[in-house]
Amino acid sequence: MAQIKSLKDLESFKNSVKEQIDTRVKGNQDGLVQIKVAMATCGISAGAKSIYNYFLEKVDEKKLDVVVYQTDCMGRCNEEPTVEVALPNQESIIFGNVDKAKVDEILEKYGK
Amino acid sequence: MAKFKMHILVCGGTGCTASKSQEIADRLKSNLLEKGLENEVQVILTGCFGFCEKGPIVKIMPDNTFYTEVKPEDAQEIIEEHIIKGRKVTRLLYTDPDKKEHVADAKHMGFYKKQLRIALRNCGFIDPENIGEYIACDGYAAVAKCLTEMTPEQVINEIKLSGLRGRGGGGFPTGMKWEIASKNHADQKYVVCNADEGDPGAFMDRSILEGDPHSIIEAMTINGYAIGATKGLVYIRAEYPLAIHRLQVAIAQAREYGVLGNNLFGTDFNFDIELRYGAGAFVCGEETALIHSMEGKRGEPTFKPPFPAQSGYLQKPTNVNNVETYANIPIIILKGANWFNKIGTEKSKGTKVFALAGQINNVGLIEVPMGITLREVIYEIGGGIKGGRQFKAVQTGGPSGGCLTEKHLDTPIDYDNLIAAGSMMGSGGMVVMDETSCMVAIAKFYLEFTCEESCGKCSPCRIGNKRMLEILDKITKGNGTMEDLENLKNLAGVIKDTALCGLGQTSPNPILSTLTNFWDEYVEHVQDKKCRAGACKSLMRYVIDQSVCVGCTACARNCPVNAIQGEKKTPHTINLELCIKCGTCIEKCKFNAISIQ
Ligand SMILES: Cc1cc2nc3c(=O)[nH]c(=O)nc-3n(C[C@H](O)[C@H](O)[C@H](O)COP(=O)(O)O)c2cc1C
Ligand code: SF4
Ligand code: SF4
Ligand code: SF4
Ligand code: FES
Ligand code: FES
Repeated sequence: MAQIKSLKDLESFKNSVKEQIDTRVKGNQDGLVQIKVAMATCGISAGAKSIYNYFLEKVDEKKLDVVVYQTDCMGRCNEEPTVEVALPNQESIIFGNVDKAKVDEILEKYGK
Repeated sequence: MAKFKMHILVCGGTGCTASKSQEIADRLKSNLLEKGLENEVQVILTGCFGFCEKGPIVKIMPDNTFYTEVKPEDAQEIIEEHIIKGRKVTRLLYTDPDKKEHVADAKHMGFYKKQLRIALRNCGFIDPENIGEYIACDGYAAVAKCLTEMTPEQVINEIKLSGLRGRGGGGFPTGMKWEIASKNHADQKYVVCNADEGDPGAFMDRSILEGDPHSIIEAMTINGYAIGATKGLVYIRAEYPLAIHRLQVAIAQAREYGVLGNNLFGTDFNFDIELRYGAGAFVCGEETALIHSMEGKRGEPTFKPPFPAQSGYLQKPTNVNNVETYANIPIIILKGANWFNKIGTEKSKGTKVFALAGQINNVGLIEVPMGITLREVIYEIGGGIKGGRQFKAVQTGGPSGGCLTEKHLDTPIDYDNLIAAGSMMGSGGMVVMDETSCMVAIAKFYLEFTCEESCGKCSPCRIGNKRMLEILDKITKGNGTMEDLENLKNLAGVIKDTALCGLGQTSPNPILSTLTNFWDEYVEHVQDKKCRAGACKSLMRYVIDQSVCVGCTACARNCPVNAIQGEKKTPHTINLELCIKCGTCIEKCKFNAISIQ
């Protein structure tokens, strides 16, 4: 490790490690849009895992202030993968049969 | 480094470590490895979450799921259910004491809702043994700013403007203390962090050192720059092995990364820190005693002045601050004095960490803004009195403090209000008591502690406190007189006025405040030989109700001292002279004929 010898060194080191705690920082923040991907048995078989990964990838890419996490089944086996979008201080919106195109659409509309 | 989708935070504080949190972390890691998830999910050992009584704590991020009382055997289920299927392990969730419902995540727990974590900002959030995580959370940015953009005077002014006061008990304005030390010129000055934490039941300093050691290193460096000192010492009690370990790791990392040592941030400022170990005597937390102890002398207080800022360690100007005081420094520099001084009350700014304990549903370490009321702390954060019993009093300030009662429930908590109510902030002990606590016994408990810890150097404290303890003992045994109560008051006043150090000067506080707030209870002990809380064993009388007793002899046969007489099938009686109040007879009587009066 090269020693930190200036304010600039500190900032560049910080930028290199910031990502490490990003998931935690977002989780701690209040007022973020939360996207919950249902991961129950049928959800996983319907491709929920790849949808979850795609969300994470896109949120990262676009640097959106959105928290993405997995959740339990929502009892809608016929519409898996299902996704719940929780907006701060509003009713959640549920989306069924989510595919990659729908992910882009959701992020376009609710991501900030 | 790859970005992890989920973080599993496992508490690595002293409490949870004692209940196997390291093993939980290991098992979580090996389960992740088995499932091939080691690059997607990260396991981190953090500092204390403050919820130690329900530990070990495991928290999942980013969804904030808060698991309590986790066992190593639960690791597999957490991975298979929560991590893979997104299904919370309900049985491990915290249960709301009121609604008896599981609470899904930390943000909905009453315990955390009213808290404001400034000094504890990184505790339970980062890996304390990884300087990278501290830096990722703006660590060392404050000291960098001070050294490269601010003059020592500007640093001191910022701290003065923030209104920060010492968290070690006295509440002395920190900026003013730094200013005095900066104005005393000498070839060498010292910065000392007081991590002695002798208050029984207090563990905020330990938790900060265990959970966020770099913040203390950073703050001490800032302190050194502000007053012109190049050497820092942490006086820490040897009974804190984990805190010592984390500090040592942190100091080594800070040196390795160049944020501790010579020419910090490219300037000509040098600073380094060493540890000094204390044997754990309460009086060694007093700053003059602490300095003597660090010099290898007996840990006894000496008269002030001279204050440490004039002549301290090795007779050099020395600035002593408490751990929690220091934990506030970096964030004040970064966010500014005007951010900090908007939190709290007029004369008490910021937050205070309390060790909430006693007859309350949620016990633990909490950080609240100054000015919060006792009612909010007890009923919202603490979740109310255990078993739905009646609130009676709350003790703050430990052996130097006093008891607050019902009438203080809505008083905003700050330094001055607590003193006006006959107690004090102290280092942050807060013990909640219900109707089953006897206030005379509580006063006696604290006085016993003081007597044990008195260094014996001056007679008011050494002899006076002994005398007061004898009187209290007499009262709890039912032999007290009204004259004893008067003597108690007088003695307390004399000790307060004549003792040499803070220990003796404040030792009568628990007695004075209970005499004031619970005078009736003292009188009851003296005149009626009665303890309404049923706590003073000597005052309990076991009585058999003659109209209920059927004479089955069960009690008499089981009494260990043969204190019960009576013929078969006729009501029995207890000879109170012989009875040792063991309670056996009550347990044995199937007819509920025996009661305590
Ligand atoms: C008997 C006694 C015990 C003390 N114990 C401690 C202690 O354990 N930790 C502490 O920080 N201050 C303790 N103090 C207060 C210190 O003397 C000193 O005021 C304090 O460390 C200053 O730091 P602060 O201004 O940041 O609070 C104690 C004082 C007395 C009289
Ligand atoms: S007041 Fe008590 S602890 Fe303090 S110097 Fe006197 S004897 Fe020692
Ligand atoms: S309390 Fe114990 S000692 Fe007293 S009468 Fe009952 S059994 Fe005997
Ligand atoms: S056990 Fe109860 S009922 Fe039996 S003799 Fe003793 S007091 Fe009477
Ligand atoms: S298992 Fe299909 S919706 Fe729950
Ligand atoms: S030690 Fe784990 S919550 Fe305090």
